[in-house]
Amino acid sequence: MSFPWANEYKPSNAFMRYMDEKLPLPRFVYNAVGAGYPVPRNLNYFWNFGVLAGMALMIQIVTGIVLAMHYGADSSIAFGSVEHIMRDVNSGWFLRYAHQNGASMFFIVVYIHIFRGLFYGSYKPPREMVWHLGLVIFLLMMATAFMGYVLPWGQMSFWGAKVITGLFGAIPLVGEPIQTWLLGGFAPDNAALNRFFSLHFLLPFVILGVIILHIWALHIPGSSNPTGVEVKSEQDTVPFHPYYTAKDGVGVALFFLLFAVILFFAPNFLGEPDNYIPANPLATPANIVPEWYFWPFYAILRAFTVDFLFIPAKLLGVLAMFASILLLFFLPWLDTSAVRSGHYRPLFRKFFWFGLIPTIVILGYCGGSHATDGIVLISQIASAYYFAHFLIILPIISRVETTKPLPTSITEAVLGNTPANATLQPAE
Amino acid sequence: MIRIGAFLVGLFFSGWLLVSAAMGAFAFVTAPTAPTAEHEFHKPAKSVDFSFDGPTGKYDRAQLQRGLQVFKEVCSACHSLQYVSFRDFKDLGYSDGQVKTIAQTWPTETPSINPDTGEAATRKPMPADKIPSPYPNDVAARAANNNAVPPDLSLMTKARHGGSAYVYSLLTGFQAPPAELKEKFPASMPGATTHYNPYFANLNLAMAAPLTTDGQVTYGEGAPKATVDQMAKDVTAFLTWTAEPKLENRKRAGTAAVIFLLIFLGLCVGAYKNVWADKKKAHA
Repeated sequence: MSFPWANEYKPSNAFMRYMDEKLPLPRFVYNAVGAGYPVPRNLNYFWNFGVLAGMALMIQIVTGIVLAMHYGADSSIAFGSVEHIMRDVNSGWFLRYAHQNGASMFFIVVYIHIFRGLFYGSYKPPREMVWHLGLVIFLLMMATAFMGYVLPWGQMSFWGAKVITGLFGAIPLVGEPIQTWLLGGFAPDNAALNRFFSLHFLLPFVILGVIILHIWALHIPGSSNPTGVEVKSEQDTVPFHPYYTAKDGVGVALFFLLFAVILFFAPNFLGEPDNYIPANPLATPANIVPEWYFWPFYAILRAFTVDFLFIPAKLLGVLAMFASILLLFFLPWLDTSAVRSGHYRPLFRKFFWFGLIPTIVILGYCGGSHATDGIVLISQIASAYYFAHFLIILPIISRVETTKPLPTSITEAVLGNTPANATLQPAE
Repeated sequence: MIRIGAFLVGLFFSGWLLVSAAMGAFAFVTAPTAPTAEHEFHKPAKSVDFSFDGPTGKYDRAQLQRGLQVFKEVCSACHSLQYVSFRDFKDLGYSDGQVKTIAQTWPTETPSINPDTGEAATRKPMPADKIPSPYPNDVAARAANNNAVPPDLSLMTKARHGGSAYVYSLLTGFQAPPAELKEKFPASMPGATTHYNPYFANLNLAMAAPLTTDGQVTYGEGAPKATVDQMAKDVTAFLTWTAEPKLENRKRAGTAAVIFLLIFLGLCVGAYKNVWADKKKAHA
């Protein structure tokens, strides 16, 4: 679906006319990310991050495929094959650092994309399906990143695999058989490494498929915008191309600049030194930590220290960690406010900037730190706020809040309510 | 229904976390965790400058060659460099002939087989060989070193928090344990086969100070005086190179990439302004 005023694809020569008749792929692209997709004219730079996330995935797929040509998925040679890539493969160091830090870049842009959605109420009707598919992508990304981190078979790879598959071991009665089944053994070893490699190669293509569904679902209602007011007329929109391809270009350049600075000048800054030590099942690292993008969830996992009746603390932590992500699926029904954008919701906005964001930052800090008494105490309080924010505070806010008046249209929000609006040229 | 369920789940998780926090705080006040020796005596790595620091830093070839000499004469007695080949030493400024000589005169031979009998044997290393370990296997390494395997050093400067500064600090950080340590944590005093070093994570390590006296390695002409500090610095620079041999290519490519991307950003901003000009005009 699109708006009735969307530009129509016109094949420019005989070949394209032939293509359009036999396989209208150019028409499909034109309507999806070309001039045939009308987009609200007031999107800010936070709307760049969907495109950036898609690009980050492509970087991961391209570098990953080449890396897989040189990598050996066998516990006896995996670590050495990564060093072979770093030293002997032409530009192997570049591919490997690009893939390693590309994962971080992917998570940076996806987190901003998610928080954009949280602030501007992008999860609300009619875009619930977009939000749900996005969360599916996020879960797949987490699984892919985790399995990718195991492949170099360093100390953190091994112990990370042990801890994360150990989460399934917390399930009552069947937990340990499930863990053994997942790993193909009693501890991470060759069987686990091989299946993780296989799935790490497969899942990015599954993500790609779900991204197509995500964009498809988005294009049915069309993109949201910073005011949260729906598109009313043609002058509220501009064609995606060239307007937003040009704006995304700026975002892409900035993305690559940050990526280049990390990749070329601090490629190991985001990593853990222990992963340059080959996996050793007999030596536990002093501090087992996941990559930075899992820190907030790891802090929630470790925050549960006391058994509740017959439920062991470990199981509570596992349940809470999964719940912390799964609860996002329920957001469209938890936040019932009719106003989408945080700009027009004074109370929501306060809790977002002074409650949720600091909480996530604190949880991230705690998850990356050694679990001392003080750190555990802080993560408990922060985790308590995290759950309260989404499950208790948000539903209450959306009931009691007095929202600010919305602009009557997107054009009014952009240009002000002046008589000149009436004479504005319609978007081309 | 969803909101009631969510409220109850939220109340349970948040409530129990706050109860746990209160119990933890109470335990912390009534029975605080005793401080550990590591907490009080472990020191962060010293601050030290190297030629390869910073976005345009390069290796100092003469320093790497001195570092190789220290490694060959001191470290290689116990440690291997299994990811580095002799031919890689050409990066340090050696010719093919010199690399061959270094390989042939290396203190340890490469494992091989006797071509006539097939029995295990050793031969002189070739430029294509990796730097051999002085021990045939980990059991032999353990047996020779009071049950501690000397780790491979190829990646050492990337495998520890603090990196190169840590390795330098460790090499120059061996000292007599402070009297205070004996008073407060007698269990953390070095044993008969361990050595005190405040830069090491748990304060005592199996390795004895490898660099003990000035002039332990005889540097060639024109080189700085072979003090312990200088030798530690040189071998640390060498081990940084073994861990990150492509550092110079990386930084060079990075400089070019950043310059290119700045121009690209300028073009993108220009294109953006141009494309949007007619939409912004209405603003006036």
